[in-house]
Amino acid sequence: MRGRLIGLNGDTAVAYAVKQADVDVIAAYPITPQTIIVEKLSEFVNNGELNAAFVPVESEHSALSASVGAALTGARVFTATASQGLALMYEILWIASSLRATVVMALGNRAFSAPINIHCSHDDAYAARDTGWIEFFAENVQEAYDLTLQAFKVSEDKQVLLPSIVNLDGFILTHSLEGLYVLDDKDVREFLPPKEPVYPVDPEHPVTYGPLDLYDYYIEHKRQQAEAMRNSYSTILKVFEEYSEFTGRKYEPIKTYGIEDAEVAIAILGSSAGTARYVARKLRKEGKKVGVISFTLYRPFPASELRKLTRGLKALAVMDRSYSFGSPGAQLFMDIAATLFNEKERPLLFNIIYGLGGRDLKPEHVEYVFDKAFEVAETGETPESEIWIGVRE
Amino acid sequence: MSSLKGKGWKELPIGAVIPIPATSMEYKTGNWRALKPVLDQNKCIKCLLCWVHCPEPAIIRHEDDSVSIDYDYCKGCGICSNVCPVKAITMVMEGE
Repeated sequence: MRGRLIGLNGDTAVAYAVKQADVDVIAAYPITPQTIIVEKLSEFVNNGELNAAFVPVESEHSALSASVGAALTGARVFTATASQGLALMYEILWIASSLRATVVMALGNRAFSAPINIHCSHDDAYAARDTGWIEFFAENVQEAYDLTLQAFKVSEDKQVLLPSIVNLDGFILTHSLEGLYVLDDKDVREFLPPKEPVYPVDPEHPVTYGPLDLYDYYIEHKRQQAEAMRNSYSTILKVFEEYSEFTGRKYEPIKTYGIEDAEVAIAILGSSAGTARYVARKLRKEGKKVGVISFTLYRPFPASELRKLTRGLKALAVMDRSYSFGSPGAQLFMDIAATLFNEKERPLLFNIIYGLGGRDLKPEHVEYVFDKAFEVAETGETPESEIWIGVRE
Repeated sequence: MSSLKGKGWKELPIGAVIPIPATSMEYKTGNWRALKPVLDQNKCIKCLLCWVHCPEPAIIRHEDDSVSIDYDYCKGCGICSNVCPVKAITMVMEGE
């Protein structure tokens, strides 16, 4: 395992990765549970440890606006937010990806208001799913660090040129102190060379950014952007492979446990994947063929991978830490249902809602979900609607 | 690259960047027009109020201060007709 073992919380690990990525511009507004990232980075800049422009903006809308502008000039740019901050950025999320501004953003996943809550839901991560940003999910502090470094490499790749979000569960990861391996600065420089802008601001070669783009060009630009997102997948695989070889820490779009011979499985995002695997290991000892599928990459959605992995399954419980009001299922459920619909061999699906606003996902909850999955597999009948777990009736 | 006109998504620069100057010249906004200004040169007193007020600008001023209308870019807003003190510009339906 390359690197030095130290103890950091998720936010500090992200800030440390950003410092090592040698960013040029940071424009961010502090919001719980991402605050430590912004505080740490402002300290690094103030202490002279990081030679970057730190722009203390007045809102998240401005944070991302400044980031987009800076990224287009050719700068390597970082920002971070959570929950309401992401909601305030929403307009600029689309603009960043459409202008192909390679911003990297850490998202300390937090529930949307109201009622006001500072703890983990994946509302904000899901709110960004259609906006043209690449989205990664960290399961632990090590992954938050590693994915931040890899996000710059993916985003700035000439085949991609799209912004990236690194999701880390609010408080569960942002504020938890964990051991992680951090690379030497020179190793990071080797892995992540300086950004090469495509259309830098250059008075000798002036260009127009963000023009009016009506019915005669807009659809071509969207088609182009769709292709960039699709193409990013092969770049992501390449970067994951390179980083895995470089560090000895394996990165793949989808992580699995026991899926090779599993009869039933859970699909899940973020830190809860660890809890799901803990329970799966226990059930395996009892001879139950259970599996866990978790997504390190959420956008672009690793659809063809997922189709291969789910072929032998009889039932799949899709667990969402959010809710999509009035939809035929929550967000990950809809992603997976759409992915598998045309498959001849596919598992029965059902949707679990858990952990909203930081409610604990306990091992007994996961055990209940696996039991339910076996029941679905045996009876061939799926619940009529989603099942909420860990909620008082 | 000399023009982006009519290019497909595989050829257009990414992010809607326009790497060449003055492409707005290629963008003929005249076809947005529903009402068309028609100038009666016999009534025109060369006051140039239409030339001053046209937001496009689609009033072409000639050496002798006579004017004509640039139908490639005129969007048909009717301001020229409105400010003309001698009612030399009338708005007529396109195609009539």
